[in-house]
Amino acid sequence: MIHYILRRFLYALPLLLGVNILTFMLFFVLNSPDDMARMQLGQKHVTEQAVDNWKHQRGYDLPLLWNAKATATGKITRTIFYRKSVGLFWFDFGISDSGRNIGSDIRQRMWPSLAVALPTLILGLLANICAALLMVLFRNSYLEVGGVVLCVILMSISSLFYIIGGQFLIGKELRLVPISGYDTGLDAIKFIVLPVAIGVLSGIGSGARWYRTLFLEEVEKDYVRTARAKGLTEVQVLFRHVLKNAMIPILTGVVVVLPLLFMGSLIMESFFSIPGLGSYTIDAIGSQDFAIVRAMVFLGSVLYIAGLLLTDISYTLVDPRVRLS
Amino acid sequence: MSSNLSANRFVRRPVLSLLLMIAFVLSACDTTQLNNPYDPATSGLSILYSSFSERPKHLDPAIAYSANEYTFIGQIYEPPLQYHYLKRPYQLMPLTATALPKVSYLDAQDKPLPTNSEDYKIAFTEYLLEIKPGIRYQPHPALAKNAAGEFLYHHLTSAQLAGVGVLGDFDKTGSRELTADDYVYQIKRLASPEVQSPIAELMKHYIVGFEDFYRQAASLSLEQIKAAPMTGVTLLDRYRYKITIKGKYPQFIFWLAMPFFAPMPWEADVFYHQPGLKEHNITLDWYPIGTGPYTLQENNPNLRMVMVKNPNFHFEAYPSEGEPDDAGQGLLSDAGKPLPFIDKVVFTLEKETIPYWNKFLQGYYDASGIASDSFDQAIQFSGADEVGLTASMQEKGIRLQKAVTTSVFYVGFNMLDATVGRGEKARKLRQAIAIALDYEEFISIFMNGRGIPAQGVLPPGIFGFIEGKPGINPYVYDWRNGHPERKAISEARQLMKAAGYPGGVDPKTGQALILYFDTTSVSIDDRPRMNWFRKQFAKLGIKLVIRGTDYNRFQQKMRAGNAQIFMWGWNADYPDPENFFFLLYGPNAKVAFGGENAGNYQNPRFDRLFRQMRGMTNSDRRLEIIQQLQQIVRHDAPWVFGLYPEDFLLFHSWYKNLTPNLMANNRLKYARIDNQERMQKRRQWNRPVLWPLAFGFLLLLILIMPAVIAYRRRSRFTVQRLQKQDGAESVRIRK
Repeated sequence: MIHYILRRFLYALPLLLGVNILTFMLFFVLNSPDDMARMQLGQKHVTEQAVDNWKHQRGYDLPLLWNAKATATGKITRTIFYRKSVGLFWFDFGISDSGRNIGSDIRQRMWPSLAVALPTLILGLLANICAALLMVLFRNSYLEVGGVVLCVILMSISSLFYIIGGQFLIGKELRLVPISGYDTGLDAIKFIVLPVAIGVLSGIGSGARWYRTLFLEEVEKDYVRTARAKGLTEVQVLFRHVLKNAMIPILTGVVVVLPLLFMGSLIMESFFSIPGLGSYTIDAIGSQDFAIVRAMVFLGSVLYIAGLLLTDISYTLVDPRVRLS
Repeated sequence: MSSNLSANRFVRRPVLSLLLMIAFVLSACDTTQLNNPYDPATSGLSILYSSFSERPKHLDPAIAYSANEYTFIGQIYEPPLQYHYLKRPYQLMPLTATALPKVSYLDAQDKPLPTNSEDYKIAFTEYLLEIKPGIRYQPHPALAKNAAGEFLYHHLTSAQLAGVGVLGDFDKTGSRELTADDYVYQIKRLASPEVQSPIAELMKHYIVGFEDFYRQAASLSLEQIKAAPMTGVTLLDRYRYKITIKGKYPQFIFWLAMPFFAPMPWEADVFYHQPGLKEHNITLDWYPIGTGPYTLQENNPNLRMVMVKNPNFHFEAYPSEGEPDDAGQGLLSDAGKPLPFIDKVVFTLEKETIPYWNKFLQGYYDASGIASDSFDQAIQFSGADEVGLTASMQEKGIRLQKAVTTSVFYVGFNMLDATVGRGEKARKLRQAIAIALDYEEFISIFMNGRGIPAQGVLPPGIFGFIEGKPGINPYVYDWRNGHPERKAISEARQLMKAAGYPGGVDPKTGQALILYFDTTSVSIDDRPRMNWFRKQFAKLGIKLVIRGTDYNRFQQKMRAGNAQIFMWGWNADYPDPENFFFLLYGPNAKVAFGGENAGNYQNPRFDRLFRQMRGMTNSDRRLEIIQQLQQIVRHDAPWVFGLYPEDFLLFHSWYKNLTPNLMANNRLKYARIDNQERMQKRRQWNRPVLWPLAFGFLLLLILIMPAVIAYRRRSRFTVQRLQKQDGAESVRIRK
């Protein structure tokens, strides 16, 4: 197992380098350092001298990838790419172009994202599984048909509608929770109740239908018939046997998103004024802050790779037949 | 039996847990206001609740230059001068200075000149400023000293840095008296390439020795910058300093009311430049240090910014004079009382307008602008186009405040362009377009009536703006029935003919004249606006091609002079006509000189009159020249004068002393909150409605019950069938 993890880790390095180069190229194809400087310096009284100063102070006056004027290793090290991107491999995110420490911002903003995303995932998973199992329990009845129709309706509605509708009904009309906002510690609970509830509700349609398909596949298998023949109730059959055996595809979907929970949700965080990482990248793209963009793309890639690795490891835990080598 | 029990347990436990959880959460909350986003313990305090949608980029007064940054630093830093809160037109008055600066003129040999000297004789102007003694800085760790008088945190050790995450983690704070040296130091900071002040390039043209200092400062450390002299900025004694500028530039005095010229204690720079602080975002750009009425207690631009009263704030009284209507509006009720009135100001990050608006209606924000999607809910127009609040707003006691901003939005022509820029025919074409662009319609459709069509360069509130018939643009409007009325489109068509494009046809091609409109408005929301422009040009037979582009490319086109027609705007830095007319001054042309004259307009007569007007103080003669400038621009039409936007602000009845002052950045100190009224109304408006919860729970039970019954029936049916099968088999065996 350790060899496998180590090998995957080594595979990840060129992958991350590739992601880094690609992000770098894409960003600088669209924006020149001059554009970045002008965006940061504002609209009034911006002169060429001010633009040059800005670039010099932040190291954007160097060549992008290859410094022909430098000597020896300087040809590579005295470039914007080397100066800005190499530190990422040891998670030194550096300073944003607007002057803030990116690592500090990420550490501060990931917790609110997690505070919303984690309960949404757990409760959503429970709700989806329960709804799917109930549909399977009452399969071939009007309850299953009703359930599927309801799921299709739920998944057809835009998430924006759930958010605005939830804020209007629960926050404005019933006045049960604050419409938006966030606070630290336990005070955060009253703010995350509504986004979590909306997150669960908006995901239940597609989630329950997907799990229902998995369970229906399992429920016809021989071991299930055997379990019924043993005299187990249908509830026991579904929760003890079917659920356990349908865990692999469930895990594939869930474990891979676990690390990405830190990255947050753009729309949800924006509407509920949750200071998470969801809007961090978008804001950075808007303000052409390359330092933040590259840091967030890198972090996203690392977390995604970590998620895939975790998924592989989790297979071995739920299915003894799977061996990593 | 056992299966029934487990099924019951399965149903009961989560329900019980849910009920217990709800009970726990409710017991921990103030159940009279479950939707209160703030700590209920603070309900009784005098706190102003506001918001910000975009985090401020800079809080260093040498760098900050946008309105959302001034919202914060305007309350913290104190330049020597400020604008009178109530008097109009805007008047400068001393803030930390004892009086307005003493201005004197010198000739090229540094010899004093009389105040009425002719402009060409004036080589230098001196501004002598005297600061009030006894003003103290807010408590700050940079100023903390030990018993021996040594700074506690100027040589931070790893032990002192351990556990420091925010500025408030430093145990000790200190303060000291404000001195004239702090103002001198700040001007030197403006010239430091390390600081990157946006006005550095501009000040090189004005302050004597600024450019030399700028060059010198590139190789100096901050401590050396403090010691190095700048020729034009002289420290006279503890409370007096002098600024010398080149020639005569009366508008310089307005800069002295902007945060760029606020004081900066050198200790702050020394403190913040120590290693280990920037990693936690503890920088001067994020933790201001000032003498103003408020200090920044919490700085989390990702969530909330909190300002509290500065315990060291010097005495300043609420103004006792204002405009004639002010007393009737209750704006002089607090005359003579010490400022500020509010203990704490909480700015919460609120990115979306819908939640912000709803929280305002619930009383959790004290004031709000009006987004277009809430406009009809808030505003109604009476028959005579009078703007008023809807009944639901009036019922809540909400009030409306309107103010025409000191800004202008215009459609500009690139005067270097062969079709729209050069020659008499091009001028007629521009005149025709100016008539065709129906800005009354634009304001009505796209701005909900929040704006007034512009008649010239200057918006209301700026010296030189004239209302009524003498103030209209005679090339676009006629004065009829006491109102300006846009000229008929037939007159524009006549002008098109005179311009060589009869019916909008370009004689070179025999097709409709094609013009190009460059814009950054490329989103779907902007499409109706762009279609409107197409429609307006089509009235003249012109085919308008919209060239949507991103901000960077647009700027590039403007710098290179590749745009033909564009939309632009300007918001006044200070209330002087020079700050608008300079946008058309030849030596400010964008392509040739990289200045703010985006249309590259050149007119020697305009430039001469502008130079003359720029050096004058407000007088009848100056007003006359301003009108001449307006007439030149109206005739030449390098712009289609678009509109002056109008701000609509809604505020609750408990928010006192609110009056539009578009120049003052330090308005919060005048505001007062009637907290009792706010508490009572919030309680009244926010009683939770709980019955739908019970109803929902009941509905859920009703929905679940058939499922449970069906399941139990099916289980029973299966058991009975099995029992029957068992019975039949045993009979068969017995047989």
